[in-house]
Formats: sequence, C-alpha cells, structure tokens
Amino acid sequence: MLNKFPLWKNLVILVAVVIGFIYALPNLFPDDYAIQITGARSSTQVDQATLNQAVEALQQGGIEVKDASLNPPDALIRVNNAEAQLKARPVVQEALGREYLVALNMAPTTPEWLRSIGAGPMKLGLDLRGGVHFLLEVDMASALQKRLEVFASEMKRELREERIRYRGGDVGEGNTIELTFRDEASREEAFDLVRNQYNQFLLDETEGEDGQPKLVLTLSEQEVTQIEDYALQQNLTTIRNRVNELGVAEPLVQRQGRDRIVVELPGVQDTAQAKRVLGATANLEFRIEARQDAPDSATEVYPFRDNADRTARLEQEIIVTGENVANAQQAFDENGQPQVNITMDGTGGDMMTRATRDAIKRRMAVLFIEYRTETVERRVDGEMREVEERKVERSIISLATIQSTLGSSFRITGLDSTTEAAELALLLRAGSLAAPMYFVQERTIGPSLGQKNIDAGVMSVTVGLALVLLYMLVYYRFFGLVANTALAINLMLLVACMSILSATLTLPGIAGIVLTVGMAVDANVLIFERIKEELRLGVPPQSAINAGFSRAFVSIFDANITTLLVAIILFAMGSGPVKGFAVTLCIGILTSMFTALLVSRAIINMIYGGRKVEKLAIGGKLANG
Amino acid sequence: MAKLTEKTINFMGIRRIASVVSLASVALSIVILAINGLNLGLDFTGGTSVEFSYEQAPSLEDVRQTLDEAGYDEFVVQNFGDETSVLVRLRQDFDDELASRITGDLRAAGDNLDMVRAEFVGSQVGDQLKEDSGLGLLLALFVVLIYVGMRFQFKFGVASVLPLAHDVIVVLGIFSLFQWTFDLSVLAALLAVIGYSLNDTIIVSDRIRENFRKLRTGTTEEVVNHSITETLSRTLNTSGTTLAVLLSLYFLGGEAIHNFSVALIIGIIVGTYSSIYVSANLLIVLGVTRDDLIVPPKEGAAGQEEEEQPPEWLNRM
Repeated sequence: MLNKFPLWKNLVILVAVVIGFIYALPNLFPDDYAIQITGARSSTQVDQATLNQAVEALQQGGIEVKDASLNPPDALIRVNNAEAQLKARPVVQEALGREYLVALNMAPTTPEWLRSIGAGPMKLGLDLRGGVHFLLEVDMASALQKRLEVFASEMKRELREERIRYRGGDVGEGNTIELTFRDEASREEAFDLVRNQYNQFLLDETEGEDGQPKLVLTLSEQEVTQIEDYALQQNLTTIRNRVNELGVAEPLVQRQGRDRIVVELPGVQDTAQAKRVLGATANLEFRIEARQDAPDSATEVYPFRDNADRTARLEQEIIVTGENVANAQQAFDENGQPQVNITMDGTGGDMMTRATRDAIKRRMAVLFIEYRTETVERRVDGEMREVEERKVERSIISLATIQSTLGSSFRITGLDSTTEAAELALLLRAGSLAAPMYFVQERTIGPSLGQKNIDAGVMSVTVGLALVLLYMLVYYRFFGLVANTALAINLMLLVACMSILSATLTLPGIAGIVLTVGMAVDANVLIFERIKEELRLGVPPQSAINAGFSRAFVSIFDANITTLLVAIILFAMGSGPVKGFAVTLCIGILTSMFTALLVSRAIINMIYGGRKVEKLAIGGKLANG
Repeated sequence: MAKLTEKTINFMGIRRIASVVSLASVALSIVILAINGLNLGLDFTGGTSVEFSYEQAPSLEDVRQTLDEAGYDEFVVQNFGDETSVLVRLRQDFDDELASRITGDLRAAGDNLDMVRAEFVGSQVGDQLKEDSGLGLLLALFVVLIYVGMRFQFKFGVASVLPLAHDVIVVLGIFSLFQWTFDLSVLAALLAVIGYSLNDTIIVSDRIRENFRKLRTGTTEEVVNHSITETLSRTLNTSGTTLAVLLSLYFLGGEAIHNFSVALIIGIIVGTYSSIYVSANLLIVLGVTRDDLIVPPKEGAAGQEEEEQPPEWLNRM
C-alpha cells in the first residue's frame, strides 16, 4: 500500500487542471464597454469613412476611444468605462444620423489565441450586469380579427345547415359581423340561432341601405378582453419557451400593460441575433401548390425566401399552421443537406393526412410568415417624418413534391444552411404566436442589483471563502492546505465549465456555487475525519490515508449522486432562475467530486506516498500521534 | 474494530421531545402559512414600472436612497438606454397617483427630472414556471426516494425525503411569520437548502448503514447514537464552514442578498438538525433493524463483515 498514483493518472489530472485553467482564463479579462454601429437597413454597410467620422465626433466630445474596428457589416468602438459608453452613444448617433443604428455593446478582450480555441468569459446575468431590453407589442386588432373570422365562418356554416338564406357575414368595423336577410322571417330565425349559440355577441336588428333586414353582431367588451388576454398569455408563453430554448441564460419575460411584453436578455453581445430568435415573430403555414386551371380568386402568389424573383402560386386554403407542430428537430438528409424533421400533434397530423391523401405528386409549400417593423419616411401632415410601419412578409421556404400521404411526422428539405435549419426548428419547437407581435423598443439596461450591492456581494463572498480557507488550514494543518488547493481548483474548474457552456451567472447561480463550496469542503472533511478515525484506532498512516479515501468514497458518492439527481431534474423541468441554480449545482458537484477524490488524493500521494511515514500533519490529538 | 464506547453521545435520548418539536414546528409553519401567506416579491407579483428622464445623469445610489427614505419597500433602479434615463420597478400596484407621487418624491430630492411613462408590469415568474418547478421538485423527491431505497433500503428513502419536506416547510413558515420578502433569490436559497440537507442526511444514513453491518451488538438506538457521534465532527466542521460563508454574506453582502442569506442560514441550521432528529429519528420510528441491511449470507462467507466497498475502479487508483 504505497498510496501512489500511476503516472498516467497524474497526467490525466494535470491535463484536466491545465485545460480548466485555460478555459477559466478569459474571465480574468473584463469585457470592454463598446458601442456598435450597424446600418439601419440591411443594405447599408458601415465603412471606414463612417467609422472615422464617429471616432472624430467622439474625440471632439472629449470621450477617449480605446479602439475602433470595422467588422463588416458592423463597426465596434471600444471606450474606457460604462459612463463613457453611455455618453458616447448619443454623440455617435448625432454625428452619423438616422442611416445608422448605434447600440451599446460589450466587447470581449479575450486574447486571440484563447478565442481561437473557443474560450470566452462566462456571461453575467441581468441582476449582475444588465443586458438588452426589448419591448414587444402584440397586435390585438389582428388577434381579434382572426378570432372574429373564425366565428363568422362557423356562423355561416350553421346558417347554411339550417337553410337560412343570408348575404354578407364579413367582419366589419368595431368588432362586428353583419348579416343581411331577404325577409324578416329569416332574420328572426337567424337571430334565435345566433343568440343561443353565440352569447359572446350583442345583437342589433337594423335595416340595410336598401331597406333589407340586417343583423349586426357586436363582440361584447368582456369577450374582447378575454380574447386579448388569451392572445397575450399565449404569446408570453411562446416567448418564454423560445428564450428558454436559447439555453442557460436567465432572461426576464413579463407582461407590461394591456398589450405589451418586456423581454430582457442578459449578456447578449449581438442584439441582432437575439432579436432574430426571439423575434422572429414568425409563423409557418403549409399549403398545396395551386393547379394550373385554378381560378385566381382561390390562389395567392408568393416569392421564395432565398430568391424573390422566383414565385409560386399556392392555394388559398391553409392545411395546417405552425401552431400544430409538436416537435421539430434539425437533421441531415442522405446527401448531407440540412433538413428539419417535424412531428405534428394529433389534430395537425389528421389534417395533414386528409389534405395530402388526394394530393400525391402535387407540391406542398412551406410558407414563412414574418411580422416586422420598418422605419420609412412618409409625408404626415405635409411634413416628411419617420414612421414605424408594420409589415407582414410571406415567403416560401420550400416547395417539395408530396411522395406519399403525409402523417404526423414528415420533413422539410431545401433549406440553405444548418443555421437556417436550426433556427427554423427552434421556432417551430417553441410554439407559435396567437397574434402577430412587433418590436417597439430596444434598449440597453444596467444591472438591476446596483453596483454597490454587487461590490458588497463580491466582498462578502471573498471574506467568507477566506474564513473557510483559514479554518481548514488551522484545523487540518497540511491536509487543510491540500483541501484548500483542491477547493481553488474546484472553483477554477467550475468557472471553466460554465464558460465553456456559456452559462449565465446570476444571484441564484451564486447560491449554487455557495452550496458547491459547502459540498466540496464537506467531501474533504469527510475524508480527513475518516483518516483521523483510522489513526485513532491505531492504523498506520499509509493505510489510514488509503482507508480514509476509500471509506469516505461511499458516503461522498451517495450524497453527491442524490444531489446531482435533484439538480438534473431541476435543470430539465425548471426554467429561468431555477435552471440557473441547477446548472451551477450540477457542474459544481461533478467538479467537487473530481477535486476531492482525485486532486486531493494526488497531492497527498505525492507528499506521503511511496515512503515510510511516521506522522501525518492532519491536526488534532491522535492516539498514535 | 469499532465498538460501542462510552464516548457515544446519547442523541436519541431526547428523540421523543425532538419528535414533538419537529411535528409542532411543521404544523405551526403550515398554520402560519395558511394565515399569513408568503410576502411575495416583485418577481412573483409584478407591479409598476416607471421610466424617468433626468436632465443631469443622476447617481443611482442616490435614487435608491431617496426611494428608500420615502418608504417604498421593494424596488429596482437601473439605467435604461442612456445615463440620463432611469427605470424604476416597484411592487406596488399600478395607479396614476403612484407614478406622480414617486416623481414628486424624487423631485423633492433636488433633481430635475420628468416622468416618461408609467405602466403596470406582470410577474416575471410565469404560471408555467410555477407549475413546472413544483412538479420538478416533487419528481426530484420521488427520484431520491427510489435511489436511496435501492442503494440503502426503502425505510432510508422515506427517512431522507421527509426531512427535506420538513426543512422547506419550516423555512417557509419562518418567512411567513416575519413577512420577509420571498423572491426568486429566496427560492434559489430554498433549493440550495434541499441540496445541503439531503447531503447531510445521506452522510448520517450512510454511517448508520455501515455501523449496522459492522457492529454486532447494540440496539438500533445505540447504533444510531454511535453513528451520529462518529459523524459529529464532520457535521460541525461542514456546517460551521458553510455558516461562516453565509454569515459573511449576511453581514457584508448588502441588502440585495439579505433575504437570500437569511434563508440559507436558517435552512442550514434546520437541515443539520433534521438530518439527526428527523431522519435518524424516523429510522427508529420506522423500525430499521440490522436485518434490513445485512446482505443474505453467502455460503462460506457467514460471519464475515458485509461492508460496502468502493467500486473496483477506485481501488485500482
């Protein structure tokens, strides 16, 4: 029993520690405060002249520029601190005009060689460093319109079934549906039918311009509120899902006012990318290509997404929408081309089967619908003004021949890139929106905890850790030093893992770390107490070390595995803060088991192993001391 | 080999009193929770969001202090877009008066500012999160029950899950009693308490299992007492160091993590208590005996020690 690790084992430990060190390293390079310049339209590129103009404006404004770099299509100007950053933004915006968007950003200062191996700092959460703030507005008019159209078509179907003749039935102003009848009698019949079936409506009997009896149905206020609430809740849930799909970041998603949703994302570098995923306030429709002889009134022509010159004529009727998608995964076809595998829910699958059964050898299109806001110049009250204009863009992603009846699972091919496939899968998976949504505001926000609190927090953690290190050193002497080294390596590995996973550190995450430190110390304490126990029983030092480690192992293993199980379940089920806590805890348990069982042991083996030892520097009164 | 020594502390001597204390504190906590409810924080309730535009960039610390002195009890102050814009979120329900009152209070502090807009904000925690987290927690407890039941014995499973429920209920009860704000950070602390308490319980249980297999004599109570005594220095060291970190968080960490550290401190103390007086106590109540743990003797191995050994790969190290 020599307590010696074979060379390979020492090497494995060394390699793990070195890799951990390298990947934890970027956290020592704090991000630079920066401002990002982007073209207001996607066609506008930022060039050197524009960048020079911005830098000049800053210098005139007395703001020191640390670095200015052009990374087409954007440019990044680094400044010294948060204060300078906040001052710089309006100055640059003023100098460049409305052609360009100027946003606050954080620029990593990680050296190139570290970045080239994928090392970067971990992100700090909204509470610790702030992030970007988006305000989205749900288009309630459109939600109501959509719902009313469903009511109207149901109503018309029922009137036809009851053989009541009517005209109209279109959705009109002020949330109304108007029906015109040939005579009083049919109006009375319709009145009774509608009153019984649709108590959401207020009924009003009037006469049309031509003196014909008319029925005006107005949606009740109560029902309007209910539909709006539903639309907002549904969109809120969808956004939460999408944001959670982004990974372990801890976002804030909350309702604001009647029709708005606030989304705050921590540590986001590229607001454009965040906007694309969140935003994509997109939906999908599956439609069949129109036959050659189909009447124009039943078809619609849409361009392709990747090539606007190419168009296709599709049937007006929608088979299913993205709302019926149960799951979507990015994959590759036989030729290595990206594709998305889609699974529909029960209803969606049925509808898909019904629609494609009679359409074999015809083509089915996947229509991508995007809602967005564009800034355009327009004459308002005789004056040229910038107006936010809402646009709905529909384009075809893929048009593929239906080979056989499609059921609840099928795939979409013909996607340009894996990125596109991944984004599409994510959007489909995260659910679709009940109503269109538009971005109305985009801001950068500061940390919600406040700098004073963060400084205090950092200080208290430092003091607490110092106390623990000191105690271990006094109580366990040399073995305490070993435990402290293991604890330091443990924290380093934890930071490295969090950086690699680009997890976000927040206050709940710190709770996870505090618990991890507790458990890491515990593992060492368990081992050392065991060694002491063995020594007290008169076991010689070498055997005591070995027995201490192997006996404590069972306890450490059971305790850590149960906690790990809890952490994994919390990670899988929870979202937001619960997820953030679970991530740090999961990683922390694994790193603390590694350091307590292997790193501590390696150090002890190196000192005591392979030679005759009379006495261990483990503190306390020992029987054979 | 270890024997029952005179040094063993008679922990279980007061186990009946401890049972009464545990049951009473759980019952009392539930009653308090039912009457008082939890004082839920901004994250859970939502409230009002007000945006201000200052003429001169203000110090956020001053804004916080002004609001604090004006008697608003839970708020978040942060920069919004640029340094002269400030966003304040409060737990108070939205009404028009509130916004103008805050504007007045801030103006009284001598700053030149305008209110840009004030709106109601919903909770940060969605209903879905509440449901999922609750379900996740139940699932987690169930998995612990199964795992411990398989690795140890079913009675140990029950004795490791019930103390967790005990700890959570007592901490919630204390928060409800003092009406301390329960926000997301406290929720995180509560999860940490579960992790810590579970760790503690398993270590004590582990020693009890080992001693049952190792010691040939003694009643269940004696074995439990002996095991707790053996693990006592470990328990004190671990709880002590963890408490040292938490006390430092409490005294130096600033108000933002006050409730968070309070929840953890109470949780660690309650968790340490429960690993002895709820978990070990339950084992005795459930009637754990040596027979529950002894592996059926194999032929020729009768009388030999049945001791849990670390897996082969560890020994090869």
